[in-house]
Amino acid sequence: MNKIVALCCGILFGIGLSVAQMVNPQKVLNFLDISGDWDPSLALVMVGALFVYALGYLLWVKPNNKPLLEEHFFLPTKKTIDKSLVVGSIIFGIGWGLSGICPGPALANLSGGDLKIVAFIGAMLVGMKCSPLLAQRIH
Amino acid sequence: MTSFTPISSLIGGIAIGLSAFLLLWLNGRIAGISGIVNGAVKFKQSDLSWRWLFILGMVLGAFLASKLGFSLPTDLSLSWVAVLSGGFLVGIGTQLGSGCTSGHGICGIGRGSVRSIIATLLFMVTAGLVVFVSRHVFL
Repeated sequence: MNKIVALCCGILFGIGLSVAQMVNPQKVLNFLDISGDWDPSLALVMVGALFVYALGYLLWVKPNNKPLLEEHFFLPTKKTIDKSLVVGSIIFGIGWGLSGICPGPALANLSGGDLKIVAFIGAMLVGMKCSPLLAQRIH
Repeated sequence: MTSFTPISSLIGGIAIGLSAFLLLWLNGRIAGISGIVNGAVKFKQSDLSWRWLFILGMVLGAFLASKLGFSLPTDLSLSWVAVLSGGFLVGIGTQLGSGCTSGHGICGIGRGSVRSIIATLLFMVTAGLVVFVSRHVFL
């Protein structure tokens, strides 16, 4: 059952990214370009997503000690603001600003079959595999 | 130029938030795409199948949306340098910083995580600066 949930949640996520047009890197870049022809649309993507998620979390997740279909929640436990978080987020921001693509929209774009999307995902996977090397240097 | 699309962005955002909430409420999992992808390509964990099913769902969802008129971009208008360096940095950064737009920006902030609020501010501001420099300083 939880596998069907994962598939359906993925479908809903992909539809959401497409309807919101977050799959279009130019729209993302125009959102980030406040001093240009600013397109504030993506702020509303966050507003809509956060409203639903936070409401659901407060009403149905936080009061329960386990999810409906699993034995426990798989939540991050780290609380400290460490160097990895800061440096990693800045590096991600540089990559996002250069391309206008973050991991979700990259995957959603796969069905379009654009070679540049495949290349982006390939480069992203290489980056993921390289990150432990950088993590060791930071600590 | 892209035009301001408040309604479709809000609806898309609500779909994304609903997907992330359902995955947490039912399966206890965080809908952070960079984390799901990184776990999916480790090939050792026991929780592989839900990750691949979620990814498959995302591709399917975007495909379905394109059939309903929410098309994927056909021309990304990005240079190969931006695609490859962007992908690489997004891969490193999201791993080092433990999350991306979905994991920190929606799931983390939606649970009131201070780490995620800081991460999101950092990658948004950084991406904005990169866009400013690439569009208004060098061009």
